[in-house]
Amino acid sequence: MAEKILMKGNEAIAISAIRNGVDGYFGYPITPQSEVMETLMKEKPWETSGMVVLQAESETSAVNMIYGGACCGKKVMTSSSSPGVSLMCEGISYMAGAELPCVIVDVMRGGPGLGTIQPSQSDYDMIVKGGGHGDFHNIVIAPASAQDMYDFVDWGFDLAFRYRNPVIILADGIIGQMMEKVEMHPVKPRRTAEDILRDAPWATTGKTAGRPRNIITSLSLDSDIQEVFNQKLSRKYAEIEAKEVKYIEYLTEDAEYLFVAFGCASRICEAAVDELRQDGIKAGLLRPVTLYPYPFTRVSELSARMKSVMSIELNLGQMVTDVRLAVEGRCPVGFYGRQGGNIFTPEEIVDAFKKFNNLK
Amino acid sequence: MKEEIIIAGFGGQGVLSMGKVLAYSAIMQDMEVTWMPSYGPEMRGGTANVCVILSDKKIGSPIVTKYDTAIILNQQSMDKFEKTVKAGGLLLYDPSGITRHPERKDITVAQINAIDVAAGVGNSKVYNMAVLGAFLRLRPVVEMENVRKGLKKCIPARYSELISLNEDAIVKGSESVLIINEI
Repeated sequence: MAEKILMKGNEAIAISAIRNGVDGYFGYPITPQSEVMETLMKEKPWETSGMVVLQAESETSAVNMIYGGACCGKKVMTSSSSPGVSLMCEGISYMAGAELPCVIVDVMRGGPGLGTIQPSQSDYDMIVKGGGHGDFHNIVIAPASAQDMYDFVDWGFDLAFRYRNPVIILADGIIGQMMEKVEMHPVKPRRTAEDILRDAPWATTGKTAGRPRNIITSLSLDSDIQEVFNQKLSRKYAEIEAKEVKYIEYLTEDAEYLFVAFGCASRICEAAVDELRQDGIKAGLLRPVTLYPYPFTRVSELSARMKSVMSIELNLGQMVTDVRLAVEGRCPVGFYGRQGGNIFTPEEIVDAFKKFNNLK
Repeated sequence: MKEEIIIAGFGGQGVLSMGKVLAYSAIMQDMEVTWMPSYGPEMRGGTANVCVILSDKKIGSPIVTKYDTAIILNQQSMDKFEKTVKAGGLLLYDPSGITRHPERKDITVAQINAIDVAAGVGNSKVYNMAVLGAFLRLRPVVEMENVRKGLKKCIPARYSELISLNEDAIVKGSESVLIINEI
């Protein structure tokens, strides 16, 4: 039986990085994700797997260290929270432009600005719709438990290397701070130099005689060359959208009303669904696990037989735009949210639902 | 079985660790658990609380507003959480420092004088384990054998000599509960 350990989501990220053969972590402390680096420093993986852990002088520096490590085909990652991720956005865009794989964890807090340190989902638009300047997508995955935090590190690197693209784990203060049971999977060793040559033949690992030069850059200067590259990215995104959409449904088979919620909000929403079902109201929930690519098709299919769809988020209503796009006017789309680091209760969601649907 | 518990008191009383030992003990019993602390710009001497949910099934929301049990260790927490106990639930509190005792009649109310218990065991730091013992006496949600296992998981190996001291506090705590209102 796999070992089960009680740990915080943030600790799960760190332990998973060590156990999944990550080569380097570079970061800068910020609440509510400081336990990631604290755990790494306590575990001292440089003495066991040889993983490098370094506290950079700032988030800008950390993301550029990731850029360097990724150029060499290494599995490198960082983590931060909202204001810190803002500082990393330039680097994220450069990595998307240079087609570099990496995993970046954003444990969101209330904003804008320095905001609060309590849980929020206020970075949906920033990360899913952008995450830096230019025409690109991050692959965005949204954990809802400590186990997800553990599992998504490995999944994230898998996606990052398969598509040579930054992957963002979009978590929040609840998932980061909450302790839950985490099941450990077998340890994966760090990749050897030969493994890297095989998995990342594009990496700058030292040119051997006869091999063309590997060039990693996000600068092209020539519009025609840039456009060809942008269109190549577009084909890559189309493939990601076709193959990687992931979502989880809860009691949707006979549902007449649908909630859409991701991350911690989906957990609270699940309790709201249970409460409504006890009242005889057939509610269901779709939790997008990938935020990019977004489960547009499934939300669209489901909306065709719903009386309404509500997006439940810890922000002012960001994902609801995507829900509306998916629903395409087939039924009314509502929104309920809390902001600033405040968290809704299942009862609040039920009240908002009844108000929106004119139910007693 | 599902038990939703709020543990609340001052920072430094071992509120978060008590929740952790309880949660780990439940894992040893193959239960599902969530441990969700209130966190914010807290400071020493400020309030601290943690919501622990133990269940036979997968836990949905880690955020609840009504609790089966409230374990209350200071007056601020009494003011905030007495009203959040579900009817028929349990309120366990340490009377020292409490100026307004609980008034509800629709819940079980019990006291644990954990400072005395900890002093009796010989180390004031096991205060929280005395409270945990009292709780487990009233709500035996986890078997003692699994509490011992959970305790071992929570105490770093270099402090292993403290395990028996903590166990003593749990046992003495369970023997020192005073039931004020029983329903």
